[in-house]
Amino acid sequence: MSKEVMIDVVNLEKSFGKHKVLEDISFSVPKGKVIALIGPSGSGKSTLLRCINLLEMPDAGAITINGKTMDFGILSLRYRTTELAAFRAETGMVFQSFNLFPNMTVLENVMAGQRFVKGISKDQAELIARPLLAQVGMEGFAASMPQRLSGGQKQRVAIARALAMNPKVMLFDEATSALDPQRVAEILTIMRELAQAGMTQVVVTHEMSYARDVADIVMFMADGRVVESGPARQVIEDPQEERTKDFLKHFHAGCS
Amino acid sequence: MNYHWDFGDVLHYWPLFETGLGYTLGFTLISALIGMVTGALLTLLRRSGWKILSVPAVAFVEVFRCTPALVQLVWCYYALPVVLGITLSPMMAALLALSCYGAAFYSEIFRAGLDTVEIGQWDAAYALGMRPFTALRRVIGPQAFKIMIAPLVSQFVLQLKNTSLVSVVTVPDLVYQGQMVASATYKPLEVYTTIAIIYFAILFPITQVARILERRYHV
Repeated sequence: MSKEVMIDVVNLEKSFGKHKVLEDISFSVPKGKVIALIGPSGSGKSTLLRCINLLEMPDAGAITINGKTMDFGILSLRYRTTELAAFRAETGMVFQSFNLFPNMTVLENVMAGQRFVKGISKDQAELIARPLLAQVGMEGFAASMPQRLSGGQKQRVAIARALAMNPKVMLFDEATSALDPQRVAEILTIMRELAQAGMTQVVVTHEMSYARDVADIVMFMADGRVVESGPARQVIEDPQEERTKDFLKHFHAGCS
Repeated sequence: MNYHWDFGDVLHYWPLFETGLGYTLGFTLISALIGMVTGALLTLLRRSGWKILSVPAVAFVEVFRCTPALVQLVWCYYALPVVLGITLSPMMAALLALSCYGAAFYSEIFRAGLDTVEIGQWDAAYALGMRPFTALRRVIGPQAFKIMIAPLVSQFVLQLKNTSLVSVVTVPDLVYQGQMVASATYKPLEVYTTIAIIYFAILFPITQVARILERRYHV
């Protein structure tokens, strides 16, 4: 069961103009596992995450999620917007800047996917949304506008909004980078609970202790390439590559 | 000033003003409607990501933004028929010019409104699985609309005032009828004062409503 592959990325390439951002990236994530992408800024980890749900179109390679494969390259057909949308609906994404919809209440934000993508009635969508708001501890804010919430509260709502589509995979793009230290812990707790419940996650993070303690796999990237990848504890505690050691030096200095 | 104001003669021709007002309002509404639809299309073309579509759309907008409406109107009436080898009635020429002029400005308002919505809002909408049209309708549009209200209303006010230009190509709008009445009564002072009052009576409430809407949406 745990051998079942949820995400399979093969030879992924992406350039912005002449600048190569991702070069020959391949990795796979078994169902229910958490992979943490770490590396210096500009290493391509956020772009890789955005490629997984096609917010950025890869130039070459292939991505398979839950058995559905998308091929990229000059020979592949330009995918229609409905196909892209269907593929994206399989994954939920949480952003550094929250990106809640300011024209909707908290509850409406969480119902948005069900209502406007799946076309489910308001009452039905509410039945899905309310328990999720409770799960992230935001049930008391259903009628609030997002502008009234703190950063940590916004991010909890954003997680509920993504979960409402019942995704197979959750993508976290530096979800805690814009938060105060106390709020970071709250969000990490929710992410840890999701991992324990068996949600496959791809997490771009600067939280090395989260990567070490919660992730199953850690992938260290630099200059658009995978430098080192392996079991989380091994990569963080005992990195083999020079660049990885150098990057983790600061983290280890802080620990000891 | 010893001028003796006398509106009696002028008001005797009130039905002419009514007809003129009908033309003015009709031209404003129709050209605003065509202008907004065309402006929205131009905005879509400009954001399509294909240069074949976006470059002509930008060119259209800039040509109509950077030439006076009066020149466009006269050009459509006198020059366009020569270029295309067709005849345009004064009405058609006037409607064409005013609609294109409006379209350029409405397109610019739509573009500016959409640009103020953060790119992350599109990301979040797409990440949920929304298609571009759904994202525009449910997420981006409602946010952009609030920002667009005030400029849209002021453009509409300009559009109404610009219809006074159609009198130049003999479309019998409020100003044209005024000229008729003025030459019949020899009372231009009363006539143009009457016209000014009519324009003001229509536009002042509109600008006030715009102010209220603007205040309500900028919480």
